[in-house]
Amino acid sequence: MAEKSTVGCKRPSAKIEKNPEERPQPDTPVSQGEHHMIQIGQKAPDFTAPAYFNNEFTEVKLSDHLGKWVVLCFYPGDFTFV
Amino acid sequence: MLSMSVDSMFVHKMWVDKELSKMVTAKTVPFPMLSDGGGSIGKMYGVYDQDEGVDIRGRFLIDPDGIIQAYEMVAPPVGRNIPETLRQIQAFQLVREGKGTKATPSGWRPGKTVLEPGPDLVGNVWKVWTVDKAFD
Repeated sequence: MAEKSTVGCKRPSAKIEKNPEERPQPDTPVSQGEHHMIQIGQKAPDFTAPAYFNNEFTEVKLSDHLGKWVVLCFYPGDFTFV
Repeated sequence: MLSMSVDSMFVHKMWVDKELSKMVTAKTVPFPMLSDGGGSIGKMYGVYDQDEGVDIRGRFLIDPDGIIQAYEMVAPPVGRNIPETLRQIQAFQLVREGKGTKATPSGWRPGKTVLEPGPDLVGNVWKVWTVDKAFD
């Protein structure tokens, strides 16, 4: 995990880690009925995202967790259930 | 374990402070809560709902090599079954340690029958595994 991030007034945003060979295209508009779906056996697209952990604001890079199993769990919003 | 929603990390903090701290004995969440503002990561993983502007309940199991081994997608109103996620991790860990020699049949949990796929098993699964094992 990266060190504590310095938080100003700006709202930090997630960064997609571009791999020169297999460059994901997050900005490609995803039209209805043409959802590009993740495939089993595919490399998990890497990213760095701002995070809240242990009462600190920090950054998490997915590929920093290589060597461990990772559960990546999306949910619609805070104050909902899991 | 990494959780992620389109909420900012400031909202994550408020959720922990105002609600989650009252629900868990540790008073905090034992894993990083990530922010996917704008849903760019959700789009990459195919879980972003454009109309609602949120990431739906997508869960990915990523192995130590960074390869996606499993995923589950659930519409927002229905919550997940956490023991099933743990069971799948345990099964994948066993399969990985077996380096291709082992498989976990339906309903497998730690301690239950593990299959060793190969010519001898073809047509003989019924001898080592019964349907009731999928439900017990």
